[in-house]
Amino acid sequence: MRTAWIVMQVTLREGLRRRLLLALFGLSVVAVALTAWGYSQLGNLPASRNGALKPAEIQLIASQLLILVMFMFSFVLALSAVFAAAPSVAGELESGEALAVLARPVRRRDVLLGKWLGLGLVIVVYAGLATTLELAVAQLTTGYRPPHPLEAALYLAAMGLTLLGLTLLLSTRLAPVTTGIVAMLLFGLAWLAGVVGGIGTALGDPATAMAGTIGRLVIPSDGLWRGALYSLEPGAVLAAGARAGPGLAAFPFFAPAPPPLIYLAWALAWNLGAIGLAIFSLERRDL
Amino acid sequence: MGMAMASAPILPVAPNGLAVEAHGLTKRYGQTVALDGLELQVQSGHVFGLLGPNGAGKTTAVKVLLGLTHADGGSGRLLGEPIERAAARQRVGYLPELFRYPGWLKAREVLGLHLRLGGIPRDRWGGEIDTALLNADLQGRAESRVATFSKGMQQRLGLAVALIGTPALVILDEPTTALDPIGRLELREIIRGLRDAGTTVLLNSHQLSEVEQVCDQVAIIHRGRLQASGTLDELLTPGGVRIRATGIPDEIMARLREHHEVISDGPWLRIAGAVEEAIPGMVAAIVQGGGQVYGVELLHPSLEERFRQLVAGPPADGRPAEDGSS
Repeated sequence: MRTAWIVMQVTLREGLRRRLLLALFGLSVVAVALTAWGYSQLGNLPASRNGALKPAEIQLIASQLLILVMFMFSFVLALSAVFAAAPSVAGELESGEALAVLARPVRRRDVLLGKWLGLGLVIVVYAGLATTLELAVAQLTTGYRPPHPLEAALYLAAMGLTLLGLTLLLSTRLAPVTTGIVAMLLFGLAWLAGVVGGIGTALGDPATAMAGTIGRLVIPSDGLWRGALYSLEPGAVLAAGARAGPGLAAFPFFAPAPPPLIYLAWALAWNLGAIGLAIFSLERRDL
Repeated sequence: MGMAMASAPILPVAPNGLAVEAHGLTKRYGQTVALDGLELQVQSGHVFGLLGPNGAGKTTAVKVLLGLTHADGGSGRLLGEPIERAAARQRVGYLPELFRYPGWLKAREVLGLHLRLGGIPRDRWGGEIDTALLNADLQGRAESRVATFSKGMQQRLGLAVALIGTPALVILDEPTTALDPIGRLELREIIRGLRDAGTTVLLNSHQLSEVEQVCDQVAIIHRGRLQASGTLDELLTPGGVRIRATGIPDEIMARLREHHEVISDGPWLRIAGAVEEAIPGMVAAIVQGGGQVYGVELLHPSLEERFRQLVAGPPADGRPAEDGSS
């Protein structure tokens, strides 16, 4: 584990020195500031019929805006996880940087674990900070606070880690660019499968609904994002959703229920499996 | 790049005195045979040259020994440890043929990283880094980022990485590809310094002159197989004498052929193994027999000749030449 610790530190130092972390966190702060301005404008909106918006209405709109903003952050997180992880293994294998390092008395599994730890730490910290900042400005400007902020951050972090595991696995065999493109494609497909599955549920078509379920099992990123989504939904929206019936399942920014515990166990097993497979693949790779 | 040592290395521990052993190493890439039952033994404390043409399997052999590539068959040891174990690389330094170091790190940080990965105690870091920078002639660039280095400087840095931690075995894979003539000269000096300190050096090269000048033991590999190995003296083709003459009497030719291999080389005759002292007698005999001598040249013993014999000749087993990944 000494090697993993060293590699983790180097990975973090690389992120700092290449200004990856600065760009990621800096731009996110700018995004948070912009959304803060947006929330603050809600109070000035003229309502269609009865004068200014009531606080309850503002909170409802804020809750939906917050979900969209968090969706953007989840996308940034996915993109960062994929494009930070792809060059860190595949790039070093391709350039030859890995030769000198792996000729040291180190085990490849420790090198890979070190990279996972370093990048995983960035993802978890980013998910935590982005959620905290965004929720804080939403509350300060509109008074709205989603019901489960901690869960939302955890689901977001888990989604990022899932994409990190997927990318690390792909990067042990594919070129850096290919790794990035394939990982993003799979992420997009998993999300799309979730949307298609929702439409299937709304229409009462079990076969189409199954597509969503399979997508969420094959790549659990969308299933975990839906956990974050549920954590951000206020009770009023959930109640309205329940009254609306299954038809609302077609709306991609609504989750009627949190992911079941068994699904979370699956997501955990999936992540462990991805890292295990990445180690297996890297150890067998000829350099 | 003067040679300086941080501290005297603890001598390698292999009980049989071998720093490197390979037995029947085999490696295929699809249809291409890179290693075909390679046998190799490098005695501790020697500077060992691994010679072969492009694609002979030299780099594959080194990568298999370092655990970077997995053999399909056979076994190997570094400093007595099986190559499958990370511990085999504990006291080994390596300069890859494809040398690349993280551009965002400073030279000093690259060396520090390798000291950490090598498990070298922190109190030795300062001395080790200064010595390695001095040896690689990079003292002035310790705080520069690798991205600003020229190719030659990157290879020097690679050399410093290979020497850091005072290894017992240093493996250099084509170490002079990016070096200028002075850099090459300095590298030879470093290698001699390593030998004097008791460090084993495995030098992988297709440059005969490089190997001839520093190695005391040599192996020639071709198509992934050991073709010949031994001390440099054992492997050098004996010299000889070249004579350009006409009208050499038959009985003189017969006498020459009795004692030497006589090879016709255009207008020249090469009399293998003939020594300098025999020249006046040979010339006198030809002239007395009615022949005319236009030129005589003493040939020096040469590794190149032996290399050509082993490598350029028809394949021993009749297989077509393969462009094996080396």
